[in-house]
Amino acid sequence: MTSTAVNSPLAGYLLVAALLFAIGLAGALVRRNAILVLIGIELMLNAANLNFIAFWRYGPHPEALTGMMFAIFSIAVAAAEAAVGLGLVISIHRHTNTTELDKMNRMKG
Amino acid sequence: MSVVFYLLAAITLAGGLVAVLLKQLVHCALATTVAFAGLALLFLQLDAQFAGFAQILVYIGAVAILIVFAILLTHGSELPKGGVFSRTWFVGFVIAAGVFAVLAWAVLQSVRAVPQQSTVPAVTVHDIGDALVGRYVLPLEIVALLLTAATIGAVIVAMHEKERPR
Repeated sequence: MTSTAVNSPLAGYLLVAALLFAIGLAGALVRRNAILVLIGIELMLNAANLNFIAFWRYGPHPEALTGMMFAIFSIAVAAAEAAVGLGLVISIHRHTNTTELDKMNRMKG
Repeated sequence: MSVVFYLLAAITLAGGLVAVLLKQLVHCALATTVAFAGLALLFLQLDAQFAGFAQILVYIGAVAILIVFAILLTHGSELPKGGVFSRTWFVGFVIAAGVFAVLAWAVLQSVRAVPQQSTVPAVTVHDIGDALVGRYVLPLEIVALLLTAATIGAVIVAMHEKERPR
């Protein structure tokens, strides 16, 4: 099975994307700082984009451009998400003087 | 699998791993930039020139700069006293490892079924532009609206408010 995986380029790209997704997920789960959580989310989105592009390249109909378009729109939406997310972090820092998620407990019941 | 692929994959994964593990936030931002650059080169390696250069422009040009700005505006370069990892860091790492194990298992199980198109797709930027204003024109307009709304929203959220008595 391993030799087949080495011979298949698409499987290699999918494994890299899976590992990058896991790294991003770990970053979003284990860090205290809100900015680092946003970085982890960006890494996860990028891993998904790598999957889209890899399937577009090795899929049967690359001229339909489906995976490519999905990746381009995903990049645009991720840019909007980063702008709003970092704006929220700056706003929270102005109100509570912290970016640590443990200390953002104002809405805690 | 070529040597170039292994090199680019190693650069990307090392950048992501270092970004998650380092203590100083500015170093994390720089490592994230390395990971973004590695991903852009992987896109180029996959013959997706447009997506690769869009990745360089948007992620290295805009998102990385935004992250550095946010770190500097929130005094993120000072190390926190309680450590950089949350109390439940072990559970987080276990969940991430489990997710990777499931994904890798699924990929390795279906390696026979994945498509193996080896010819380089003959797609030019002209084709992408035609598709964007033809078949995908409605999503394009929606993304334009979304970007406008996000820009205005980010400015309003981060705008300096007047001092109110608390």
